[in-house]
Amino acid sequence: MAILSTVLVVAPLVAVFVYLVYRGASSLSLDFFTQVPAPVGVAGGGMANAIVGSAILLGLGSLIGVPMGIAGGIYLAEFGRGTKLANAVRFTADVLNGVPSIVMGIAIYSLIVVPQGHFSAFSGGVALGIMMIPTVCRTTEEMLLMVPNAVREAALALGVPNWRSVLAITVKTASPGIITGCMLAFARVAGETAPLIFTAFGNVGWSMRLDEPIAALPLQIYVYALSPYDEWHRLAWAGALVLIVLIVLAVSLVRFVTSRGVMKGAS
Amino acid sequence: MGVGIEVISLNAWYGTNHTLQDINLNIPANHATALIGPSGCGKSTFVRCINRMHETNPIARVTGTVLIGGLDIYADAKPVEIRRRVGMVFQRPNPFPTMSIYDNVAAGLKLNGYSNRQALDEIVEKSLKNSALWDEVKDDLKKKSGASLSGGQQQRLCIARALAVDPEVLLMDEPASALDPVSTSKIEDLIFQLKTQYTIVIVTHNMQQAARVAEKTGFFLNGRMVEFDSTHKIFTNPSDKRTEDYITGRFG
Repeated sequence: MAILSTVLVVAPLVAVFVYLVYRGASSLSLDFFTQVPAPVGVAGGGMANAIVGSAILLGLGSLIGVPMGIAGGIYLAEFGRGTKLANAVRFTADVLNGVPSIVMGIAIYSLIVVPQGHFSAFSGGVALGIMMIPTVCRTTEEMLLMVPNAVREAALALGVPNWRSVLAITVKTASPGIITGCMLAFARVAGETAPLIFTAFGNVGWSMRLDEPIAALPLQIYVYALSPYDEWHRLAWAGALVLIVLIVLAVSLVRFVTSRGVMKGAS
Repeated sequence: MGVGIEVISLNAWYGTNHTLQDINLNIPANHATALIGPSGCGKSTFVRCINRMHETNPIARVTGTVLIGGLDIYADAKPVEIRRRVGMVFQRPNPFPTMSIYDNVAAGLKLNGYSNRQALDEIVEKSLKNSALWDEVKDDLKKKSGASLSGGQQQRLCIARALAVDPEVLLMDEPASALDPVSTSKIEDLIFQLKTQYTIVIVTHNMQQAARVAEKTGFFLNGRMVEFDSTHKIFTNPSDKRTEDYITGRFG
């Protein structure tokens, strides 16, 4: 039973990954990671700008989504329990979680892109960040609620002020779960294309400025996959493979860094 | 050194439930005082009123006066100040699960902004020695998590954690009820040593335990304190019929 369940869960991931390697690995070369896209008909070219662009967009998104989501989760679990405001925040987060990503793109388009008059990496980052908030917020809340009340009481009984007890004890105790929530949110928006179409827009050249359109891997894959050129199709497969590998690497890196120094013990 | 506690017409509520009714008593300094009574009689609520933990529950309310070493803790002090002077050990051992043994003991000081490393080392060692745990953990102080210890060790770790902030009073809410007999007797030995330096208030369901460790005993019933006297008198010649019935096992 355990083996069957494992196979059922792992099989889709393995299947996708194997297929991506099969279709995309042959198009990977040094150029892919160092060159910008080549014009149609010119051999070679890569997605270096899209890889860097995705990193910038995700960095900006995490900078917005992680702190706001965690702050919201801490409020829901530790300070606002049972209040009307907390219920409203929780409801809003759940609704936000259900908003289709294309709608998020259009919303940011009208709120940031139209007033500014141009597409930008900034607006793309904001769109991704807002999409991260509900996942981070709700996981943080649930992880904090799993911390036994005895741990909170122990801290309070030592004369530790409540806010400090929350940050240094409760959040720290729940941190492995909170980090998992952040990683889930990160991995989810890393592959988002729709919210970037109207915001980051994509870019065939190098740009690392926040106030200009910027390339992103999912956008580049989308454009290449829809094109009529075989060479671009192959690059799209390679791009998809790289995207997945980078997400796995980023999540593993964060896990490795944050797991050091954490005490483990039978409880 | 410990200080005395004077309680004057203390009343406490959970919501509309009047859990403590007009409690008056004097707890002597540097002695162990036991509180006995059936479950739900208010003895836990009573000790939680002495370090102002009762009010951490949003529906809880308290009136009356508690003087600790002459300080009116409800009128003239903030809860956090009181809790640093009045340590507490809970029924179930509750070490901070993500912290090492060392950090568990140092937590109260560190989280209140104390950062002198050398002094911390000394305080941690002294506290663990005072709680009779030092010899068992001195080689793993920073390697092992507090949660990796056995239940009895965890409880002594919690006692060390409470002692590290140098309180004057130590409240113990059924500190041995979740432990095996060997660990229980270790905790009792500990109380014997600690009461020379601290004022100890211990809630217990175990009457032999009260008789062994405490000089004074109070009997609680239905939110009222029925009788408060020397332990010897309570157990051999109680003045109230209800105390006698409880001691002899006729109810509770």
